[in-house]
Amino acid sequence: MHMADALLSPVVGGSMLAASVVVAAYSIKKTQNELDEKKIPLMGVIGAFVFAAQMINFAIPGTGSSGHIGGGMLLAILLGPYAGFLTMASILMIQALFFGDGGLLAYGSNVFNLGFFTCFVAYPLIYKWFTRKGISPKRIFWGTLISVVIGLQLGAFSLVLETLLSGKTELPFVTFLLLMQPIHLVIGIVEGLITAGVVAFVWRERPEILEKTSAGLPLGKVSMKKVLTGLSIAVVVIGGGLSWFASTDPDGLEWSVEKTGGTTELEASSSIHNVLADIQSKITFLPDYGFKTSESDNEVKATAQIEEVWPAVNTGTSVSGIVGGALTLVLAGLTGLIISLSKKRKEKATL
Amino acid sequence: MSNIKSSLYNLRVLDDLARKETSIHLVHPLTKLLTTVVFLTVVLSFGRYEIVGLLPFFFYPIVIITVAEIPLGPILKRVLLAMPFIIGIGIFNPVFDQQTMSAFGLIFSKGWVTFLSILIKSCVCVGASLLLIATTGMDSLAAALRMLKVPKIFVLQLLLTYRYIYVLIEEISHMMLAYSLRAPRQRGIHPRVWGSFVGQLILRTFDRAQRIYDSMALRNFNGEYHTGKIDKNCWKDMVYLFGWCLFFIIARTNNLPMLIGSFITKVVN
Amino acid sequence: MSYHMLEVRELNFDYPDGYEAIKNISFTIRRGESVGIIGANGAGKSTLLMLLMGVLFPKNGQVLVDEVAVSKKTLPMIRQQMGMVFQDPDDQLFMTTVYDDVAFGPRNYLLSEQEVNQRVTKALELVGISHLKDRAPFRLSGGEKRAAAIASVLSMEPDILIMDEPTSALDPKSRRRLISLLNSFEHTKIITSHDLDTIVETCSRTIVIKAGEIVAEGKTVEILTNEELLDHCGLEMPLSLQNCSICGSEKDFFTEKTKYSTTNTYGIQTIERDCRVSLVEN
Repeated sequence: MHMADALLSPVVGGSMLAASVVVAAYSIKKTQNELDEKKIPLMGVIGAFVFAAQMINFAIPGTGSSGHIGGGMLLAILLGPYAGFLTMASILMIQALFFGDGGLLAYGSNVFNLGFFTCFVAYPLIYKWFTRKGISPKRIFWGTLISVVIGLQLGAFSLVLETLLSGKTELPFVTFLLLMQPIHLVIGIVEGLITAGVVAFVWRERPEILEKTSAGLPLGKVSMKKVLTGLSIAVVVIGGGLSWFASTDPDGLEWSVEKTGGTTELEASSSIHNVLADIQSKITFLPDYGFKTSESDNEVKATAQIEEVWPAVNTGTSVSGIVGGALTLVLAGLTGLIISLSKKRKEKATL
Repeated sequence: MSNIKSSLYNLRVLDDLARKETSIHLVHPLTKLLTTVVFLTVVLSFGRYEIVGLLPFFFYPIVIITVAEIPLGPILKRVLLAMPFIIGIGIFNPVFDQQTMSAFGLIFSKGWVTFLSILIKSCVCVGASLLLIATTGMDSLAAALRMLKVPKIFVLQLLLTYRYIYVLIEEISHMMLAYSLRAPRQRGIHPRVWGSFVGQLILRTFDRAQRIYDSMALRNFNGEYHTGKIDKNCWKDMVYLFGWCLFFIIARTNNLPMLIGSFITKVVN
Repeated sequence: MSYHMLEVRELNFDYPDGYEAIKNISFTIRRGESVGIIGANGAGKSTLLMLLMGVLFPKNGQVLVDEVAVSKKTLPMIRQQMGMVFQDPDDQLFMTTVYDDVAFGPRNYLLSEQEVNQRVTKALELVGISHLKDRAPFRLSGGEKRAAAIASVLSMEPDILIMDEPTSALDPKSRRRLISLLNSFEHTKIITSHDLDTIVETCSRTIVIKAGEIVAEGKTVEILTNEELLDHCGLEMPLSLQNCSICGSEKDFFTEKTKYSTTNTYGIQTIERDCRVSLVEN
């Protein structure tokens, strides 16, 4: 499942993007050093293959429904983790741009959820462990199935965390988790079975493809450590830096709050995002444009009683809000209409 | 089946749109990319209870759509198709946040407010991403990535993936058609052939990759990807970028609809 | 400048699984000559082309291009001299615009962008698709794709053009256009095809391969009218040289020979006219 822009805060989105960039940079360095240039067209075409294969419907016996593949683990097994990760990153880029699956700001988070956990956690730790003594149909089956399931579980867990840290939904942590993990378990088992079948077929027909990949990749502890260290540094620096910025200067992005007259009275709350000092939730603001009922009220500045981000609402502000909102939309629509009308007129004039 | 065809159709539509030559299309790809990123960041920086303040941000997609002469239909359809997940997650807001607020006689649930806020954000964000590609095109966007110092190897691979999606989707839709014609009343590929159905295609794809590599090598490719000259930003692009950014900042720091609204109500009174 | 543009000396090649794909093949091709290489599926045509281009290296024997032996060292030079057009243009057009595809080779030779532009423009003009330069390869028709693939090779300014099945999957009009395009080139040409009518119209000389060996070599018209030889090699006489299927009239190819080697299209038109007459009479 793709993370969507609308569920993310810029801080979380930015941190995840930074983390993904670190992993991608490391993978690029690895692919450039270790692999021959033959792999470049292969990565490109296999990426296109996975993209297209995601659209195949696989009948799930006994349910009348169908499933499909995500492809992260398949890529890791066919190309190795580094090339697999990069290929997944291009697939997700095209999906975000052309299909609105995920989004540009959620791009980093999707690459991380769907690429990192499969290629750099599940693949080396589970698939490689199962096949450490050579490849056999049975080892392929269990290795693939379990690594796909675990990879997806981690990805789903990460998605839940990112959503909660962003603080855009009201879903309690445990509820969200209980919702996402079982769904992804089912998805994971189906995808795992399909992937296992595919890998087994490739191994039977062209064993050299899998043997080359697994032989060419000495995924030593050192390199994994490097990836993880680089990664955690990036997350801490970016995430921490931004949060600090957010908490000292209550807002990198919402600096206007105090200027506009609202006071940032923060109430400590037990919800995770507040504990982690996420900017948005702290200082969401609705400026207080009072409903001017009389001359004397002219200077009225309602005090912003921010009670867990909920501003005091009086009838005045709501009416202004609704009137203004409607006008804004009408204005936006009119702008569009005027532009297209003037365009048409121009076209006629040139004809 | 229909899913595959519609994806191909969607890619084609966006690719066609990107080949228009309106004033928006002529803006430098890097400028458009940066503008889109700023737009997304600003929109997503709004808190979860914000609705009215978000409305001015509809100006951006509407202006792009009209100036770039993008038909509304395909974009709107894609925006809606990206919705189910958002709705699936967002619908829990009204369930878990049943506190109410009242405004001029009506009672609103906070949960619905946050839900609506998420929907609006999702609409404009997905729309902005789609509009970026519809006014820029994959090759220009790749050039923008190069200017951002994204390594050549990744950009080349991204372009190759985009290029061969068309070939492979065709290939898969032929396979699915051939399969479904001989397996009526099946909702998808039967488990017995899961492995071989996809596996066959993988093997063919590996062979194709080999041929592509050969054809690259015959033209002296040795791992280095040489792009042509990439156009530089000009002052017009700067104006475009800063113009929009100024608007985003103003709309972010001031609740424009609220200002308009209070002005109007003041006049009325 | 040598008289022999391409010389193949006692070429042998085995695949890793031990399959002997090419057995003792030798031939020479003169500058400016057009040679067809024909043979049934699996005869070894594609392997031979790969050996010529230095994608594969022979077990023993040699390929000399303009008297330079093909080896790992000479490859960059050799590949500039020989351009190969693949059977499936989708394998050759891998960039997102036709222009970038045609520019791919010249850019890899590190030419200045100005020179690249000149070469691309010239190559596109030569195949008549200048108007398609900004289009994406996946949006082209079959014939346009083929033309773009040829342009992507022409921009390298090769002396020898090697074509693998150039007319496969083309509709009749596109095929006709391609054939006249090929005939307009002054390059040395090597063309493999199952479409023997294409060979008749484009090649003056033909080499027949069967199971990795050369079984016949000679003037195209002589080879392609030798029914026994063709049958033996899993091939069939090209339609344009067969007895008319409607009126059954026999063609004396050897009196037509001059016509075929000079104005092929004209020869075919006369056959058609004869048939129409006989249909009316019947």
